[in-house]
Amino acid sequence: MHEIPDTSIFDLRLSRRGKRLNRMCAALCAPAEREAFKRDEEAFMARFSLTAGEKELVRKRDFKGLIEAGMNIYAMLKIGSSTGNSLYRMGAQMRGESYEEFLATRNIKDAV
Amino acid sequence: MPSRIVAGIGLSHVPSVGPVVDRKRDQDPAWKPLFDAYVPVREWLAKLKPDVAIVIYNDHVAEFAFDRYPTFALGAADRYAIADEGFGTRPLPEVAGDAELSIHLCESLIADEFDLTVCQEMGVEHGFLVPMNLCFPHTPAGWPVKSVPLQVNVVQHPLPTAKRCFKLGQALRRAVESYEDELRVVILGTGGMSHQLQGRRFGFMNEKFDQWFLDQLESDPEGLTALSHHKIMEEAGAEAVELIMWLTMRGALSKKAKRVHRHYYAPMTTGMGLITFEDS
Repeated sequence: MHEIPDTSIFDLRLSRRGKRLNRMCAALCAPAEREAFKRDEEAFMARFSLTAGEKELVRKRDFKGLIEAGMNIYAMLKIGSSTGNSLYRMGAQMRGESYEEFLATRNIKDAV
Repeated sequence: MPSRIVAGIGLSHVPSVGPVVDRKRDQDPAWKPLFDAYVPVREWLAKLKPDVAIVIYNDHVAEFAFDRYPTFALGAADRYAIADEGFGTRPLPEVAGDAELSIHLCESLIADEFDLTVCQEMGVEHGFLVPMNLCFPHTPAGWPVKSVPLQVNVVQHPLPTAKRCFKLGQALRRAVESYEDELRVVILGTGGMSHQLQGRRFGFMNEKFDQWFLDQLESDPEGLTALSHHKIMEEAGAEAVELIMWLTMRGALSKKAKRVHRHYYAPMTTGMGLITFEDS
């Protein structure tokens, strides 16, 4: 099957690669864990045994890189919530645009 | 008299609708077109007087994480908690279930070769709650109908096929119609329509595909079961594959079902569709 351009398909191989990242994100569904993440991100990442490369992607808020490393988009929304990055801000970054540039491409940009 | 399916609804479950409901921003110019479309739907539902809504939806890593991931998971409880999906718990009343009906559905569906994961504890999040917000507004006392959540894996491939989802709907109809308590049941198929939330193609939508899907859902739903996941993702974005859950709803309806409402609104990154059918 041919690849779909600029698209990541979250399959079992990708899920397996992203296991540590996705476990960490899933934990952020608990308020106490969100506080722990905000208090000491490095300790939080260490707790979930992230690799050096994965930690660097989180530090840099490299959302495109995190998706490629196997982070699921819905798991990533929880990191977004804990770091002040809305879906649309993450999306703009993945498109290689500023938030304002991205909004200008939308039909009704106030529906946020 | 056994139970029967009185209606089916296909609708999107866009998460940003949740805070709009919670903050009463439904009359904001950007949101009014969506909420206005549900005014006649709510009036119609009030006349149909359903007792139960069976909601076909997907969780978004709130209740189900990838360590153990069910393909089909059915709630079998008398109440479902509001899940915190990473943004805080929404101020909504707990959802009332119907465990007896759920148990019957499990027995019937599993005998019909749908080997479900059965959940006696299950929180529900925006995939379930946004459609409920749009169709069945709550009061502080609760929701106007009982619910049965049916969670489908549309996130971690391999996914069940479109055809399998349609057949699940057909089996669901047999299950409802063999329940001896006289309940009026509405089926909600949720998710989609076109959208992609990751990669450089973030924000991709395809209204032409969405309108075609709505046409076909009405006129030739079985034809849609030939759609591959790849075709849906290519035409309508990777996350549009959620549309296979609309086929479960459609499969649960009889050949006599008539389309009543239809609406489409695509303000930001998701083609938000709505289609309703009344069954006899």
